[in-house]
Amino acid sequence: MICSEALLQNRIGVLDLQGGVCEHLDHLERLGITGKRVKESGDFEDIAGLILPGGESTCLSRLMRIFGMEEALLAAFHRGMNIWGTCAGAILLATRVLGEKPHLGLIDMAIERNGFGSQLDSFYREASIPEVSPDAIPLTFIRAPKIVGVGRDVKVLLQFEDYIAAAENDRVLVTVFHPELTPCLAFHRYFALKCGALTPESLVDATGHFWNATSWTRLAPHA
Amino acid sequence: MDTKRYELNVQLAQMLKGGVIMDVTNVEQAKIAEEAGAVAVMALERVPADIRAQGGVARMSDPAMISEIKKSVSIPVMAKARIGHFVEAQILEALKIDYIDESEVLTPADEECHIDKTRFSIPFVCGARNLGEALRRIAEGAAMIRTKGEAGTGNVVEAVRHMRTMNRETRQLASMPVEEVTAFAKNNGIPHELALQVRTLKRLPVVNFAAGGIATPADAALMMQLGCDGIFVGSGIFKSSDPARRARAIVKATAYFNDPAKVLEASMDLGDAMPGLEIAQIPEDQILATRGW
Repeated sequence: MICSEALLQNRIGVLDLQGGVCEHLDHLERLGITGKRVKESGDFEDIAGLILPGGESTCLSRLMRIFGMEEALLAAFHRGMNIWGTCAGAILLATRVLGEKPHLGLIDMAIERNGFGSQLDSFYREASIPEVSPDAIPLTFIRAPKIVGVGRDVKVLLQFEDYIAAAENDRVLVTVFHPELTPCLAFHRYFALKCGALTPESLVDATGHFWNATSWTRLAPHA
Repeated sequence: MDTKRYELNVQLAQMLKGGVIMDVTNVEQAKIAEEAGAVAVMALERVPADIRAQGGVARMSDPAMISEIKKSVSIPVMAKARIGHFVEAQILEALKIDYIDESEVLTPADEECHIDKTRFSIPFVCGARNLGEALRRIAEGAAMIRTKGEAGTGNVVEAVRHMRTMNRETRQLASMPVEEVTAFAKNNGIPHELALQVRTLKRLPVVNFAAGGIATPADAALMMQLGCDGIFVGSGIFKSSDPARRARAIVKATAYFNDPAKVLEASMDLGDAMPGLEIAQIPEDQILATRGW
């Protein structure tokens, strides 16, 4: 799928408008990948992959539209850039959002915003996803959406009782939980492999040693 | 509250970073805020400017009204409880909103103790004027901090003072030999363990938003450039002449706080901002920021 010079780069961008940006940049750095804050329409040019972080989907979508980022994102996608959406990012990527108009529509699935209830219903659990890691993966759900159906070209990576929590097509990955809020680097590694930003030979230990819940502050504003 | 629950609560605040939380008093305003790109709404009966104007005892809002707002939007809903009023907090937790603001904007219920927030599963945000106050609230279980500023004034000067104070004290702590931390912590009323953590991180271990007096896109960008993680706008939106437009403009300026051309664009043609209040004109017993201990 690598079809242009730009995609040979080992860079992954994180959409930096609102939400959990530092958390993703921190995980990428731990894998030895150069992360890039994507804030302008010109920022999509030299990245092999883009992460749409958790945050509020209406806010992210509105800002992308106002500043012409949506067109630039779609152009980069059509040139071969891969995309991973976590939580709100997954909502932005769905072709169908229950009760509202879809945003980017790059993966054939239906998603329900805030599918579990209030913050009191946010939770943590673990699951095994053999495609992504041989070890159990910690999963953090924060006011998470639920994927309630996927099209034929979409592969389900993780399914629970009445909803899908992770899925992908050949260019787009979606997770309704937040791997960037756990010590585990497996999903970031999986996405980097998908983008060609890492090769299987360069596999890094994905257990995320030395990560803790305040690791994001390293990349956030300081006094 | 177990450690994992507290972590999830801090993490929800992390997802709000770079966003704007707006005060709303009814369903219509909540929808305007959501549509404008707010990351959360604060549901309350009267915005701080009205509480200030009307006087009297300000209490938790009618749960029925909070519940209506909760049903009308899919973004997180916050509501205020009085300082120390743990039963108001219990009611808000039973109502299953997303975040409680233990707020000096309401009349304090306890002049000595804040709520023991560790006994709740629901997250709390608390106001602070300085590092000591912020860390005392975190020690009590707050998962998010905001500056107090001076709510309902449309005057950003107090929020600036509080953020600059926190920054200055954090820098002092960060450059201090470890043996001096004990005295610094004692003199500033800072829990020792948290002081050591701030010294290492060079910032608060949780998200810190600006609040109290923010009325324009420029105010929002100013607070972001001073190192805040996001913005609360109370009276500033729905006391202005064109709330929807101003709400969108503050969202833009908060996201692009470092880009003067975009903040300029956001500042154009917004109609009238809320009327402002000079802090020196406010009688001392009506200053809200000094509530909380």
